[in-house]
Amino acid sequence: MSVRHALLALLSEGPKYGLQLRQEFETRTGEVWPLNVGQVYSTLQRLERDGLVAAEGEAEEGPQRNFRITDTGAAELAEWLRTPPDLSSPPRDELVIKVLVAARLPGVDVRDVVQVHRRHLVELMQQWTRIKDLSATDDVALALVVDAELFRLDGLIRWLDTADGRLKRAAIEPPAAAPAAPLPKLPRRVGARR
Amino acid sequence: MTTLELRQVSKTYGDGASEVHALRDLDLRVDAGELVAVMGPSGSGKSTLLTIAGTLEDPTSGDVLIDGQLLSVMSRNDRARLRRRSIGFVFQDFNLLAGLTAEENVSLPLELDGQPLKAARAAAHDALEHLGLADRATRFPDELSGGERQRVAIARAVVGDRHLLLADEPSGALDSVNGEAVMRLIRAACQRGVAGVIVTHDAQLASWADRVVFLRDGRVVDQTAPPPPPESLLLSDPAR
Repeated sequence: MSVRHALLALLSEGPKYGLQLRQEFETRTGEVWPLNVGQVYSTLQRLERDGLVAAEGEAEEGPQRNFRITDTGAAELAEWLRTPPDLSSPPRDELVIKVLVAARLPGVDVRDVVQVHRRHLVELMQQWTRIKDLSATDDVALALVVDAELFRLDGLIRWLDTADGRLKRAAIEPPAAAPAAPLPKLPRRVGARR
Repeated sequence: MTTLELRQVSKTYGDGASEVHALRDLDLRVDAGELVAVMGPSGSGKSTLLTIAGTLEDPTSGDVLIDGQLLSVMSRNDRARLRRRSIGFVFQDFNLLAGLTAEENVSLPLELDGQPLKAARAAAHDALEHLGLADRATRFPDELSGGERQRVAIARAVVGDRHLLLADEPSGALDSVNGEAVMRLIRAACQRGVAGVIVTHDAQLASWADRVVFLRDGRVVDQTAPPPPPESLLLSDPAR
């Protein structure tokens, strides 16, 4: 999450004080991303140094300073909104590694390992769903944040379900000794995050 | 109070080489006010569990109790009456009768049970009102949206004194937002004391339940722990 761009977005509505920025940031993100006030001021300092925001008036350093977004800041914000985030997969997904290891280790029931992780993910989803259930139905920001988390966890569960099905089938019909054709060589670092 | 209890329930179809064990020694208790989701892949026994819990099929062995009453010692008529009065079903494709209005669909099970028409219609109207459909009472199913049809189906499942709701993939072909609305309504019904069982392979639906039971090859292999308070996820780690 880019605190930098979130603060620019809030300032694009009009000049604001540091404390006000912190409070609005938390409200707008469904209070799922807490932000300490030190982070707000250090980010504001960097934004000011880079010419993306400017202090209003002649106030001294501190909470009395009111900040506004500059034209450069507005251009930076517009650019950021349309720049795709880095969605390439992490080089090593721990859940995938655990299931791969479990599938090879003798004496380990890989389907039990899959179930342990499935249950844990469902329990997390139950907690997020409870938050959505208890929140006001008009709190769209919170619903969006919770939905994103639910879809991410749901994706992992679907992967586990698919893995479970594949492992079951592989146990019933062990693969032939030699693969029919050599696999095409994939570049090692494909999709890896730099 | 326990509304539904399955004790060591097994169900076998066919015999000899073609024998299929749909359920094996399954234990499940669902209390009044509790919503339980049963998750499992196709062929894990989810639908069989629902038909047996709904008294539509008998187990090969084991006991089914509804409101503490043992089904195996009840006459066919008594069981049919229990099913009409206590159990409501919600299906994936709604299963509303096209020739009846929303209110008539909801009151039908009460009328079939011999309740006076006026009382049945009043109860149906109440159930529709709880689901925010009072103004749709006189519409026919084809005049309703998919989400509204499923709400009518839920109203029918909980109308009158019905207090065991059994749902098979209740959000069916609805989109996520409508599916969520369906689960909110089922949860609300449970908060009014209905015991609910939904079977689904969809973790997002299942996550609305108080407890999720995992089925594999006809057996309960796992279930979720009672959830910690929701605050534990909020404002936890600023770095996440």
